[in-house]
Amino acid sequence: MITPWREAWTGRLLLVLMMAITLLPFVSLFVTALHPSGTYPAGLAWPDDPQWGNFLRAFEAAEMGELLKSSTLIVLGVVPISILLGTMAGFAIGHLRVIGGRVLFVLFVLGLTLPYEGIITPLYYQIRDMGLLNTRWAIILPLIGLFMPFSVFWMRAHFVNMPGELSESARMDGANVWQLFRRIHVPLAVPAIASLGILLFLWTWNQFLLAIVLVDDPTKRTMSGALGAFQGQWGTNIPLLSAGSLLILTPTLLVFLIFQRHFVKALLQGSLKG
Amino acid sequence: MTRPAGARSVHRRPVARKLRGTRGLVGWLFVAPAFAFYAVFVLRPIALTFQYSLYEWDGIGPSTWVGAANYGRVFTDRDLFESLVNAFQLIVFFSAVPVVLGLAVAATIRRIAASRLALVARTVLFLPQVIPLVAAGIAWSWLLASTGVVNQLLSLVGLGGVTRAWLGDFATALPAVGMIGAWVLLGLCTLLLLAGMSKIDPALYEAARLDGAGPWREFVSITIPSLRQEIAVCVTVTVIAALASFDIVYISTQGGPGNTTMVPGLQIFYLAFADREVGTASALAMVLMILVIACALPIQWFAKDNNR
Repeated sequence: MITPWREAWTGRLLLVLMMAITLLPFVSLFVTALHPSGTYPAGLAWPDDPQWGNFLRAFEAAEMGELLKSSTLIVLGVVPISILLGTMAGFAIGHLRVIGGRVLFVLFVLGLTLPYEGIITPLYYQIRDMGLLNTRWAIILPLIGLFMPFSVFWMRAHFVNMPGELSESARMDGANVWQLFRRIHVPLAVPAIASLGILLFLWTWNQFLLAIVLVDDPTKRTMSGALGAFQGQWGTNIPLLSAGSLLILTPTLLVFLIFQRHFVKALLQGSLKG
Repeated sequence: MTRPAGARSVHRRPVARKLRGTRGLVGWLFVAPAFAFYAVFVLRPIALTFQYSLYEWDGIGPSTWVGAANYGRVFTDRDLFESLVNAFQLIVFFSAVPVVLGLAVAATIRRIAASRLALVARTVLFLPQVIPLVAAGIAWSWLLASTGVVNQLLSLVGLGGVTRAWLGDFATALPAVGMIGAWVLLGLCTLLLLAGMSKIDPALYEAARLDGAGPWREFVSITIPSLRQEIAVCVTVTVIAALASFDIVYISTQGGPGNTTMVPGLQIFYLAFADREVGTASALAMVLMILVIACALPIQWFAKDNNR
């Protein structure tokens, strides 16, 4: 028999080991970023003369200010609209039970597992014909469409469980459907909407494929897409690339640490439902 | 799920009557905007992908009808077919490693769930899920380079003989890419499985212990069967991540060396935007979309089957 004491310690050891492996890439990026620009540091070694200026140089080289602005604009374009449309459709399918709602729902669900590479080619020509290539709309509009399956799925799951009496009494008081939705159901759906918002923010911010195919100018891309361009440009200058990568992943990291609990909950629920 | 279906319809029916008008036109108005975006930016492109896949087209000039010839190419052209095989090989790393290791880690963590260490671990293990895959790709390319940390550690434990540029070696590039994926997905699987384990009735374990079951027996007869749904979710998410992988491969190897790490997603990208073979790219895209659905659906059914 294994004694509880030994069990607890093997558990701790395993956990510490796992955390070490998880953190290793971050530590390596950090240490490498402090080496003199243009050198090839060997493995994990603290530099004799840490070059903190590399972060500043990477900030300028990557035009971080512009990138932050661009990613924020894209998120602001995608997330609120996706939430609004997803919530409305989820409400209609899950609560109002529109005629043909089941068919619609199945149609949406089929899109849940769609790999973006599957539609990227026609999307490119479609965006080109719309005259939107190299604008942020080229990322914003398709992403709203691509997020609809999950948003509708997620919000429907919430509305399906709302008791019908709620709407009934509101209707008795003379509320029309929009008021019913806006005044009664949206406030009650805030937790579900918040989780959805967190997930959509993360998926937008980290979107890579659409950014590199549809937008050439890195300063009009998402953070992730800009990092791809940054690698292309500075790929041989490892310390600078490391510093740039760290800077570019800092915003999501900060948001994650601030909203940690919601984040973990949202992502776990998100994958459970998806 | 546990509530019988009848209980629902009891309080649904009166609403349906009161809201009759809303089930038609008004309800449709609520769905219409979402559906419009979905139709224009997802359904239409899917249909177009299918259409393109039947033509030979360079993206600029006139196109020629070729029927199913592009599909024939996907399965006979060695490079194209290899990308599909590679994607399936990646499943071993993207799915099997995180799920099996995740089960082991979660089962171990569960015993010390209340400790501060376990709480910190929840945060730390989640980090790879939050950062852009591109950043993970860059960090790992450097770790796996010939002068990288992985080789440094190997030399330290006396395995200096096996060191190499892991992502540049024909034999190790694909497993190395797979390990990056495993790193990204392990935390998610661990936490999903942990969440599932916390829902298992402790009485089950007590009963098993009274019957003299050891920890391994407990794990096999209680933990695993109770986690059926969570395991299915982990497998679905990770299998899709493997089949549709793009970001990590694009950053770390670009499909090389040779064609050893080429995956369908990247191949579609090259075919459509570098080689200007839109028809072939679209045929591969159709195959990829169908493969993903063909893999995801059975896993879901399997999970729902015995689920109460």
